[in-house]
Amino acid sequence: MSGKPMLTLTGVSKNFGGLLAVNNLSLNVHKEHICGLIGPNGAGKTTVFNLITGVYPCTKGSILSEEVDLTRLKPYHITRLGLARTFQTIRLFKNMTTWEHVMVGQGFRPRSDTRGIFPFSRTRERNLRDEAKEILVLLGLWEVRYRKASILPYGIQRKVEIARALALRPKLLLLDEPTAGLNIQETNELLKTLNKIHELGITILIIEHDMRVIMELCDHIFVLNFGQKIAEGTPGQIRVNEQVIEAYLGREE
Amino acid sequence: MFLQQLFNGVMLGSTYALIAISFTLLMGVLNMLNFAIGEVFMLGAIFGLTFVKLGLSLYLAFFLAIICTGCACLVIERFSFRPLRHAPPLVPLLSTIGFSILFQNTAENLWGSERSQFPQWMEPIDFHVGPLLIPSTQLIIFAAAVFLMVGLDLFIQRTRIGRGMRAVAENIETASILGVDSNLIISTTFLVSGALAGASGILFGLSFSIVSPFMGMEPGIKGIAAMIVGGMGNIRGAIVGGLMIGIIEVLSVGYLGAPAKDFAVYGALFLALVIRPQGILGMIHPERERI
Amino acid sequence: MSVYHLDLLSALGINILLALSVYSPMATGQLSLGNAGFMAIGAYVSAILTVHLHLPLFPSLVTGGVIAGIFGILVGFPALRLRGVFLAMATLGFGEIVRNFFMNFLGRVTGAAYGFRGIGDTPISILWIWSWVIFFLIFFFFLSRSRLGLTMLATHDDDTVSELIGINIVRLKIGAFGLGAFVAGVAGGLHAHYYLYTEPEFFNVWKSIHMVLFVIMGGMLTFWGGVFGAGVFTLLPEFLRFLHDWRGAFFGVMIIGIMIARPYGLLTREILQFDFWLPGQRKRRL
Repeated sequence: MSGKPMLTLTGVSKNFGGLLAVNNLSLNVHKEHICGLIGPNGAGKTTVFNLITGVYPCTKGSILSEEVDLTRLKPYHITRLGLARTFQTIRLFKNMTTWEHVMVGQGFRPRSDTRGIFPFSRTRERNLRDEAKEILVLLGLWEVRYRKASILPYGIQRKVEIARALALRPKLLLLDEPTAGLNIQETNELLKTLNKIHELGITILIIEHDMRVIMELCDHIFVLNFGQKIAEGTPGQIRVNEQVIEAYLGREE
Repeated sequence: MFLQQLFNGVMLGSTYALIAISFTLLMGVLNMLNFAIGEVFMLGAIFGLTFVKLGLSLYLAFFLAIICTGCACLVIERFSFRPLRHAPPLVPLLSTIGFSILFQNTAENLWGSERSQFPQWMEPIDFHVGPLLIPSTQLIIFAAAVFLMVGLDLFIQRTRIGRGMRAVAENIETASILGVDSNLIISTTFLVSGALAGASGILFGLSFSIVSPFMGMEPGIKGIAAMIVGGMGNIRGAIVGGLMIGIIEVLSVGYLGAPAKDFAVYGALFLALVIRPQGILGMIHPERERI
Repeated sequence: MSVYHLDLLSALGINILLALSVYSPMATGQLSLGNAGFMAIGAYVSAILTVHLHLPLFPSLVTGGVIAGIFGILVGFPALRLRGVFLAMATLGFGEIVRNFFMNFLGRVTGAAYGFRGIGDTPISILWIWSWVIFFLIFFFFLSRSRLGLTMLATHDDDTVSELIGINIVRLKIGAFGLGAFVAGVAGGLHAHYYLYTEPEFFNVWKSIHMVLFVIMGGMLTFWGGVFGAGVFTLLPEFLRFLHDWRGAFFGVMIIGIMIARPYGLLTREILQFDFWLPGQRKRRL
């Protein structure tokens, strides 16, 4: 499983006016892997996502994706380069339907131009709509495509968020606690869906608290605590890593 | 000359400060911008004048008027705040715009649209302190404004209700859990806000000898500007902001002529918004997004 | 058709344009309380061009609109950093500064506070106004059905997330401001050339507030809302003549009531049940 890394963080730090949220973090996410980012609450995992996607600028360090330096780019630029994400608390567009969420994701993908008032190319439009249908069917959202997304059940809303991210045709998908709030059945379903997405060749980096999901899904895991990487390795290695156990359960006095 | 202008600016600014406090009370405690405060200001002067014309002494008229304006604000609470707790944030603002229109139109119809003024209420004596000319009327008005501001500050810091207001300003749910009667606090905030605005209106009317249904528009906007410049939700900020706007207004008219007045005031507002939106004394960073 | 009816229809047309001018920034989540300022710029620029430079009407109107639009873009930049109340106050300040400018400067050309008289010899035909109205209605119709319109809605709903799905919100928001300013500028020019007179006092805060009310009351989320609101606020006073001077109070109460009953305005996307989307998509079922 070698080849060029999809995402490389080197010495990344983020200082919020005195609070060091991320401390000298370096990691490599390889192409077509599913990688997990775990750690106790407040370890800085979401901050790392925010740094990668350009929501906050890094205080120090650099972020590269396939040799392109993302460190100083604006969020919309980074997204157009092929990184898409979901959020810890679901953030859907409260006035749009499911279908429209996928459409809006499509509008500005790589290789897509920014005109769009008059759909001059019927073929292109038809292709886009076919793609949208594929995404909706893949996630089991076809039946609810015309429903206003904000009134859908929680589990389905999570899927809509993922659908919106997929519409961007990303090369790297960043998922922030996608199973939060889901019951066992929904979690299993999500696991299957994520595997299907992975089969499409998309690299996935996932923040999770549900250990079962991480262990079953990931090829490689990074463990964070207090903004620093304290361990990394395969699920088997992480499971028995003493520092990781200590971080989660606390030290035995 | 400069000193005199500065002094005049402080006098004017003290009434703006009172209005700014009215705005900032509601903004700080309830996160609501009550656009109708400008008209409540006007109602204060109108009610005050009416009571005086009915034969009451100025002091009695003053107190009655601010009770009336306090009640007017309670009406606003009933229709613009309570039913709209969960509406999108712009909606209460627009509802208060509706009240603004209602109050102004009603005042115009019931009191006529000409300007009038308060009858002379005391023998004016002019004090000369150094190069300054201080009319005794101005001094008393300023003293009244200061008295109100100090009184409010004490009220917020020392009384139970005042502490409740600060608690609700922090977090309304937590405050309820801690036993604060949030409905009482809300009503009190509106009442005090209305009373202060009305008081400001009467003092303004006495100071500048105008009472008209249209007198509230500009001071209302300047009050909001003062609130923003000084720092929203912050009473001391409102005072600082009010004084600044007053001084800027007087100085710009004095040195640059009447046309410069609005440029100076709105220019200051612009600068404040662009450079330091949280205001001079404000400490909240505007709209830090949590992802 | 009597003069009275013509005047009413003209006022309606101009109000529709003004509503659209407020709708444009609002569709990207920005409340502008200063569009009277853009209207003023359009009015004065176009009037100066026709009266003093003797240019024909159409280029003058367009130039007025374009210059207003440029100011809209200029205002749009600092507007990016402001939200909600702050933005509303900044735009209000802008509107007042514009009004003040025309009140005190360029007096020899425009008459300043005394007003600009004699803008042409005869009022322009009402068709001028309504052709622009139809044009913009068609424009906004296609815009709202397009992908660009969808990204505007996304920016309106959540602009942080929109940025994270690849939308250039800077360009979108500033563009929306500029577009709104252009429409307001054209409306101002039409107004000046229909009434043959204009003065700075006309473009005051209340004018800006009225425009915003058309949109908020008519319905914030669709451009038809502003159109409907403009219709209500223009035509309803005619039916309420019996109230005489109390019409203002009535409108105040109406605003308060509507905000309680329908906080999103009278028309919503659901009510219109239009096929708001690109051609070929089936009608929505809720």
